[in-house]
Amino acid sequence: MDFVGDLTGHAGRFLAAQPRPLLAGLAGVVVLLGVASAIAAVLPRLKPGKSYEELRLRIVSWWGMVALLAGALLLGWQATTAVFAFISFLALREFLSLAVRRREDRPAILAAYGCLLAAYGFIFADRYMFYLVFIPVWVFLGLPALMALIGQTKGYLASAATFHWGLVTCVYNLGFVAFLMRVPESENLPAGAAGLVFFLLLATEFNDVAQYVWGKLFGRRKILPTVSPNKTWEGFLGGWITTAALIWFVGPVFTPLSGHGLAIVAFVLPAAGFAGDVTMSAIKRDIGVKDTSHAIPGHGGVLDRADSLTFTAPLYFHLMALFALDRF
Amino acid sequence: MRLLRFLLLVLVARPLALFMTGADVSGRERLPLKGPAIIAANHASHVDTLLMLSIFPSRAVSKLRPAAAADYFLRDPVIGWFSRHVIGIVPVARSKAGRRAASGEGEDVLAPARAALAAGEIVLVFPEGTRGDGATDAMGQLKGGVARLAEAFPDAPVIPVWIQGAGRVLPKGASVPVPLNCAVLVGEPVAWTGRRGPFMDALREAMLALKEQAPPLRWSDEP
Repeated sequence: MDFVGDLTGHAGRFLAAQPRPLLAGLAGVVVLLGVASAIAAVLPRLKPGKSYEELRLRIVSWWGMVALLAGALLLGWQATTAVFAFISFLALREFLSLAVRRREDRPAILAAYGCLLAAYGFIFADRYMFYLVFIPVWVFLGLPALMALIGQTKGYLASAATFHWGLVTCVYNLGFVAFLMRVPESENLPAGAAGLVFFLLLATEFNDVAQYVWGKLFGRRKILPTVSPNKTWEGFLGGWITTAALIWFVGPVFTPLSGHGLAIVAFVLPAAGFAGDVTMSAIKRDIGVKDTSHAIPGHGGVLDRADSLTFTAPLYFHLMALFALDRF
Repeated sequence: MRLLRFLLLVLVARPLALFMTGADVSGRERLPLKGPAIIAANHASHVDTLLMLSIFPSRAVSKLRPAAAADYFLRDPVIGWFSRHVIGIVPVARSKAGRRAASGEGEDVLAPARAALAAGEIVLVFPEGTRGDGATDAMGQLKGGVARLAEAFPDAPVIPVWIQGAGRVLPKGASVPVPLNCAVLVGEPVAWTGRRGPFMDALREAMLALKEQAPPLRWSDEP
């Protein structure tokens, strides 16, 4: 019994040390998912005949993703960086598996994973300037040079560009999420560094869901039929306005943004999420697949879920750095 | 020994396979969980065996026995010990198979596989007989041993499997594996119809139909 008492005591102190808004935000997400789960459980009885398996899988996977990310955020920057390094690895592996065509590029694939390790190493070492130039400059030059040494020139330019696109989106851009955790406590943050990351993830995923729901309910006019036939103007604009409102009203709870900075993030982030989504759709359409893998049941691959985040993460990071942070 | 094999498969092989390949399985519910059962898969890489050993649920993995060439896997005592006790192979004496076919008699090279099936185990066979060219995903000529096993155990389900992409992770001749996603597609069992020829045709068609559903493998010499 003492052991149980000890454990709850530890858990209580652990949670008490966390910023209040962060705990409230996580609780809010749990409540939202609980409501979604309840609706998904009741729907088959209200409207029988249709299959709700996909919806059920989707929600189960949401629970898994929320548990993983919430756990990482509560445990701190080390756990968050490790989790995002792993997410980057899964995304990059999906991308390279679909996009790379030349068998001679096997050493370059191995080198790309090495670049991933080095980039996240800079986050662990808190070397911001190294991180900023590593992939966009040094890998940009080094990997094509390695590929030239391999000696296969057929399809060389396309392949070199493919590697760089994959590394920037899957590693460099997603890495900014982890780097946000390195904002020191001395800066006046309403919900700690974890609050910054929490709000980025919340706004990005909320935008995905809001666009989907608006599109399902009111979607008529197709916005990009050749790239993403299910996307509509109604979904895009409805999602944009809803997410902008969320950022404007809830943003100050988790971030130090206010005034102009907050307004700009609210205005730009939903559009960036949409841009990330359709960019990945264009790539998938080019390659001829619907999903990048089946890693997340009901959602598709990691890259299918993180596509909008590859665009919103660097945008949010740099706007935050510009308007509110001293560290970056 | 069985416990060691179980632990190595669940704690080492499975995470390793997940890391190297992502093990994107569709039709997992069609995998047989008890023997006698036969799984027939295409073969492009040693990764195929690792993957198959990793996608079975823990309660069934001890039953899985990959059929493997005795001349290749038992030539060296260390690799031989590992192959027998960790991978759990049932040896097939490839070199004798040809002579047997020529003379019509001699040692029964499939005896270990039959014994495994009789003991209620799940035998994994690669009917191509050897690893194909890793770059292309073409399927080689299927050898008839799987039909002889199906004939001996007509009630054992023969489950076709298509493994996509293992030849990129570790092609024949390469020594360094590279993590890339692999898809494993498990099909409906192919019924033993009483004759080897039509059975082999049905198996081949079932495997090629699974291949059609696999994600595109855009891996070629000439882009």
